[in-house]
Amino acid sequence: MMQTELIVLANEKIADQTIEMQLGLNSDNLGTEVQKFVPGQFLHVKVGEADTTMLRRPISIADVDGNGNITIIFKISGRGTDMLSKQTAGSRIDALLPCGTGYPVDNLNLDTALLIGGGIGVPPLYYLGKTLAARGTRIISILGFQKADHVFYKEKFAELGESIIVTDDGSYGEKGFVTDCLKEMDIDFDCFFSCGPTPMLQAVTNKLTGRHGYISVEQRMGCGIGACYACVVPAKSGTGFKKICKDGPVFAANEVSL
Amino acid sequence: MISLETKLPGLDLKNPIMPASGCFGFGREFSELYDLNKLGAVVIKAATLNPRYGNQTPRVAETAAGMLNSIGLQNPGVETICSEELPFLSQFKTPVIANVAGSTIEEYVAVAKRLDESGLIQALELNISCPNVKEGGVQFGKDPVLAAEVTAQVKETVALPVYVKLSPNTADIVQMAKAVEAGGADGLSMINTLTGMQIDLSSKKPLLANQTGGLSGPAIKPVAIRMVYEVRQHSGLPIIGMGGISAAEDVLEFLIAGASAVAVGTANIHDPFACVNIIDRLPQLLEKYGFQNVEEAIGGGNRNEANVSRS
Ligand SMILES: Cc1cc2nc3c(=O)[nH]c(=O)nc-3n(C[C@H](O)[C@H](O)[C@H](O)COP(=O)(O)OP(=O)(O)OC[C@H]3O[C@@H](n4cnc5c(N)ncnc54)[C@H](O)[C@@H]3O)c2cc1C
Ligand SMILES: Cc1cc2nc3c(=O)[nH]c(=O)nc-3n(C[C@H](O)[C@H](O)[C@H](O)COP(=O)(O)O)c2cc1C
Ligand code: FES
Repeated sequence: MMQTELIVLANEKIADQTIEMQLGLNSDNLGTEVQKFVPGQFLHVKVGEADTTMLRRPISIADVDGNGNITIIFKISGRGTDMLSKQTAGSRIDALLPCGTGYPVDNLNLDTALLIGGGIGVPPLYYLGKTLAARGTRIISILGFQKADHVFYKEKFAELGESIIVTDDGSYGEKGFVTDCLKEMDIDFDCFFSCGPTPMLQAVTNKLTGRHGYISVEQRMGCGIGACYACVVPAKSGTGFKKICKDGPVFAANEVSL
Repeated sequence: MISLETKLPGLDLKNPIMPASGCFGFGREFSELYDLNKLGAVVIKAATLNPRYGNQTPRVAETAAGMLNSIGLQNPGVETICSEELPFLSQFKTPVIANVAGSTIEEYVAVAKRLDESGLIQALELNISCPNVKEGGVQFGKDPVLAAEVTAQVKETVALPVYVKLSPNTADIVQMAKAVEAGGADGLSMINTLTGMQIDLSSKKPLLANQTGGLSGPAIKPVAIRMVYEVRQHSGLPIIGMGGISAAEDVLEFLIAGASAVAVGTANIHDPFACVNIIDRLPQLLEKYGFQNVEEAIGGGNRNEANVSRS
């Protein structure tokens, strides 16, 4: 892990309150490092100074390209993400990266992967889907959003394989929650991967109990590197715990109690 | 050549900067970012007798110029700390100070004894000031009689120097300092966090699951400086000062107020290189304000006043 300054290359609104930001490295030497980033890992971004925004913001890596440029997608939901959204091309952003343990893509040999994402949980699944697809895995994705103008990356996921979009109010795609789709469809898959708000992860893991799968868990963070114990989640076995920022954010579906 | 060396009971520090307890874990994560030999000392996360899971999440929240935390002394217990964490830190040429917490005097004594026997640390810091645990912790930090008693009993049991970490959540900090001095403390650490609360407007509930938490960061620095300065007038014990330090200027302020060394807490969370950046800049800053070395800066602001005992 390292602390470095990333250069904002592009900043584009891709849905309601949703920003796609391209970040470049300030040194060519780091290019090879970035190629090692694992889907599911995140950046811990400094969005201001200690007198305004003391805590860094965790934002998932949504994509990495061959030049070592990193894409993040985030929703403006408070002061920090609002400040981040105002960074224009050329600005520099201090980030710790890559943080956390991602999806174990190197150890998975899958015929079919099911990606289940909700809202701002969708971005890391894109990098995951792209990585798995490149290895010949068939990708099926179910992506949930609140309503039509919140939907993003529908074409990009369609390029990876079959993709179903659901919205809470039915204003785009199917109406309902991602779990409603799981109920209705008899999808054949080897492994599922889910990222989204905790209630969604609870519903997904309940529905898919016993199936091989991985979830990405969110929690308010302090250090983002495993030193402050802010971001823990109880382990399912016994009394232990896991640190989301270091042991996660990705866990096997039966590893932690949500 | 400006010297950063400073001496405290049991501690020969190459510089006066150490990460504060709870903001540095047991050093492993930071060792991936820089060489821990650069630090004056390391203060580890609180140790209790048994493993503690801590409070419900969310456990941190942001405030103006600071943060609230309600971690609740999560740690793997003193046995695991001695067998798995301290051996890692002992490979560095940096003294280790172990932060000790407990619910009863007996627990403080047992934890301190185990750490003392490990032979892997150079000093103890009794945390009688954690605001985030219901039983123990803070009650010792508010009651001078209890504070003196826990200090005295730990001192009787261990050979290592004992620093007592005072809570700012008290009406009379000087009285607390005098009490632990009478109990035989070798030094003081001050200050711990100030109890605070933040309300989430959308849920209309406190933002932290534990409702209240400890406020730290630049917001508390003036309180910390005032307390260090006041205690310095009335106690001869050396002080490790802390509370809102994020720059070399802050360190110099604490030294002048009367601290002999400082701990940097929340700043590590904002910027993991905070400690090394401060160490790098300190010589230049001492020089700028006319000090030849760190020792000269200690108490520098009130050298001519009565009642100041230099350690
Ligand atoms: C591992 C991980 C990956 C994430 N990836 C993304 C992503 O790719 N895109 C995206 O839009 N969002 C992502 N989030 C959520 C994102 O971190 C929060 O939306 C963001 O921190 C909100 O900051 P703010 O200043 O706008 O909100 P504020 O409410 O002003 O923030 C105040 C504090 O609360 C914390 N906080 C607020 N909401 C959350 C939340 N949902 N989860 C964790 N901490 C929170 C902030 O970090 C900050 O410390 C991720 C969260 C985690 C834990
Ligand atoms: C996340 C966090 C965890 C802490 N844990 C401990 C602890 O275990 N023991 C302790 O004595 N103090 C603990 N503290 C208090 C700090 O050591 C320090 O006294 C306080 O934060 C003030 O310094 P600062 O403003 O530089 O952070 C903790 C503080 C924070 C922010
Ligand atoms: S955020 Fe500090 S341990 Fe996870």
